Amino acid sequence: MRNKTLAAPYLVWMAIFTVIPLGIVFYFAFTDGTGAFTLANIDNIGNYLPIFVKSVWLALVSSIICLIIGYPVAYYIAGRSHRGQRFLYMLVMLPMCISFLLRTMAWVALLDDTGILNGFITALGMKPLPLIRTNAAVVLGMVYNYLPYMIMPLYTVIMKIDPRLVEAAQDLGCSNPQVFRRVVFPLSVPGIVSGFTMVFVPAVSTFYISQKLGSSGTTLIGDVIESQFKTAYNPNLGAALSLVLMLLVLICIGVMNRFSGDGEVATV
Amino acid sequence: MKTFNKVFTVVVLLFLYVPMIVLGAASLNAGTDPAVWKGLTLFNYGELFRDGVLLPLLLNSVIVAVISSMLATILGTMASLGIHAMGPRMKRTVMGVTNIPLTNPEIVTGVSMALLFAFIGTLLKISNVLGFVTLLIAHITFNLPYVILSVTPKLSQMDPDLREAALDLGCTSGQAFFKVVIHEIMPGIISGALMSFTMSLDDFVISYFVYGPNFVTLPVEIYNYTKKPLQPKIYALFTLMFLVILLMMVLMNLLEARDDRRQSLARRALAGRRERAAE
Amino acid sequence: MSKELIRLVGCTMAFDNEIVLNDINLYINDREFLTLLGPSGCGKTTTLRLIAGFLTPTGGDVLFDGVRINDVPPHKRKVNTVFQRYALFPHLDVYENVAFGLRIAKLPEKEIDERVTEMLEIVSLRGFENRKVTQLSGGQQQRVAIARALVNRPKVLLLDEPLGALDLRLRKDMQQELKRIQQALGITFIYVTHDQEEALAMSDTVVVMDKGRIQQIGHPEDIYNEPKNAFVADFIGESNILDGVMPEDYAVKFFGRRFKCVDAGFAKNEPVDVVIRPEDIDIVPPDDGHLCGTVTSVTFKGVHYDTIVDFHGFKWLIQTTELHPVGSYIGILLTPDDIHIMHKSEYSGLFGDYSSYSAEYDEINDPDIYPEDISEEVSETSSEGEAAKDEE
Repeated sequence: MRNKTLAAPYLVWMAIFTVIPLGIVFYFAFTDGTGAFTLANIDNIGNYLPIFVKSVWLALVSSIICLIIGYPVAYYIAGRSHRGQRFLYMLVMLPMCISFLLRTMAWVALLDDTGILNGFITALGMKPLPLIRTNAAVVLGMVYNYLPYMIMPLYTVIMKIDPRLVEAAQDLGCSNPQVFRRVVFPLSVPGIVSGFTMVFVPAVSTFYISQKLGSSGTTLIGDVIESQFKTAYNPNLGAALSLVLMLLVLICIGVMNRFSGDGEVATV
Repeated sequence: MKTFNKVFTVVVLLFLYVPMIVLGAASLNAGTDPAVWKGLTLFNYGELFRDGVLLPLLLNSVIVAVISSMLATILGTMASLGIHAMGPRMKRTVMGVTNIPLTNPEIVTGVSMALLFAFIGTLLKISNVLGFVTLLIAHITFNLPYVILSVTPKLSQMDPDLREAALDLGCTSGQAFFKVVIHEIMPGIISGALMSFTMSLDDFVISYFVYGPNFVTLPVEIYNYTKKPLQPKIYALFTLMFLVILLMMVLMNLLEARDDRRQSLARRALAGRRERAAE
Repeated sequence: MSKELIRLVGCTMAFDNEIVLNDINLYINDREFLTLLGPSGCGKTTTLRLIAGFLTPTGGDVLFDGVRINDVPPHKRKVNTVFQRYALFPHLDVYENVAFGLRIAKLPEKEIDERVTEMLEIVSLRGFENRKVTQLSGGQQQRVAIARALVNRPKVLLLDEPLGALDLRLRKDMQQELKRIQQALGITFIYVTHDQEEALAMSDTVVVMDKGRIQQIGHPEDIYNEPKNAFVADFIGESNILDGVMPEDYAVKFFGRRFKCVDAGFAKNEPVDVVIRPEDIDIVPPDDGHLCGTVTSVTFKGVHYDTIVDFHGFKWLIQTTELHPVGSYIGILLTPDDIHIMHKSEYSGLFGDYSSYSAEYDEINDPDIYPEDISEEVSETSSEGEAAKDEE
């Protein structure tokens, strides 16, 4: 059909700006400041194990919460008329288009010790609650920022389910809960896998949310990497940590693909 | 169960928009602390327009977004055409590579590109390699997958006979593309371009690692700001941007809805006409 | 004596001010093979869905065994449906698809296995138990759909144009297969199709529908030989339909000639529609014929020639095994049996002249009429879908 070579400029671009940089990360991870080969960076990673664990844990919790919150919403939207679907989809997408930095700052304003929520609480005569700089605040920030990434693929998959399948299930004796359990939910699994991945990956690697809504106790792996590059200036360690992070993400995707069954993970 | 879903969805939507309300209110707040209401004012909006720092930064963001999305759209569309012609194995490899920037955490992408530029910098003996060009390159790189994932499905869904019909009627390959194919995939191209633009405009993490001091984008500067209390005019800027995008999306929605209604009315009118004509 | 199983009383169905079914009155007996026949958009699928329970009539009642079931949801009705595009569950294999209804009914595992195996045997799919349904051919998927429905031993099986996606020879085989299964199991089949040959071949009773109304109900032979109005006469087989007048019983006048016929019971000098089937007409030398005309076109169809003859400006279709070349002047002979009389109706004048075979062809040159690019059956179901969704 069309000439394959049209893709050539793109492939060259990707080779230079996507594949090679990953190789460079690899290189930096295994060298020290002088360029000599060393495993010191990898050893150093051991120090950060607790932080890795915490990052994964918080990301996992956030992803699960996003799934629990996002599923009913996606299901509801998929059941609307065409116009309703479009409208609601737009409403869900809209926040994503606008500065997530500022939206996170808004949560700071809401959760701060002298913030809006505490303003209400003190007005009611109670003592201010320590809402910010907690694990919970970080999870809240993650859920808030990444919820649309869960709703979108779920909605896309659910609305594609052939309505005749629902009718067939009813025809064969299923009450509505049974239809959901035996037909709709199993068929929505690819969406769950997709959504979970799209939330987990950014959640496990974020640094901004943990900085603003967390404290020193909630330093995440993203924070460490950022500081290696911007303040501590140890790109080798940063590269090593990045490598581990990438590995983590690949493992997560691999596990998710198992659940998806036919090995296809829908993206965007 | 249905009412539960409905109510739940409404609650979740409210939850999603709470920060907008907070920031919107903050933009109208006479005080600087969003948590402390000091009275209604449009002062911040005035300040915004008098400001000589924020608006140029916004302009920078827009420039990068426009250029990178345009270039990504062209390069990405070409790539989609090429990919469409590939055999399954090659297609899978290429799509795998395309997915890398999407599945990779942004921080890794940012870091890896920063290292690449540092490497090139030492190679070519340039100090301060980071600047507008590196920023642009990074933006194009993460925009490309969005374009490809928008356009490739449209290509697969297109009736392959259309292109052959054009060739049959005398078009060269190029003409067939510009006269026929491009119209079929245009929705994909546009949505890819729009997505790229939006992603670019709001990008923070990747830009943070590859920007240079001479060309700063708005999100990066806002990050640097957030080490001190935020100036209220930033809230004004945010609220305005939010309203603009909201308006655009509502408009798009209305247009699509009108299109739908027109189609269903037309369908019904035909049925009526046929009946009358048969008499 | 057959028992009445299902009765539709005055059923009406309206979507968004569009009336899709208008006063449908119908009863269906036990062990009957009944077909709802009509063109796209006539309401036959809607009627089926009313019986299945996916729709509630806006007016009228649906009775099952004498009990009103308008508000009974589909999963509680003792009917099962074979869907047009099969609607097999893609995440389950053949065995689990067929067993689906039985599992919902919480039957013991042993019984499920027995019944599924038996049913797969009946539809000739033994050995396919563990196949993924997405890897089956159309014909195989169709049989899984039938097995899945029948394994539940419903009193009534509803079939929505199940053979539409199969090619011609397979379709003919499946028609025989379905008839055989229906008679062996003794279940009522309610079948929907737009293919009149299919309907005539399989059914005990045919219900001809158009524009949301029942046009005629009867045995296939009756429908064919004694259509009630021009629509039925034209839809079933080919017909020449002419204007005529009945001066008295057993006599009809058309084309200026008086013919003996076998129908009676019309008013004196009532204007009527006269139906003459193309295969009933004999071609004879012009001097021996009742009427004379010129052949304007001949098409060889293998079994016979489609010969179009012009009589005084009106084009007749005659099917004959001899070739009468274009331009020849011929006569036709009609026996009283060949002439069938019908009352005039809203359909009079719309059909019967063979200037063209179809209504669409006549409209080709008319710029005010746009051909429909979506089949009405699709828009019928999609408008139902929209209506159903908006109801939530």
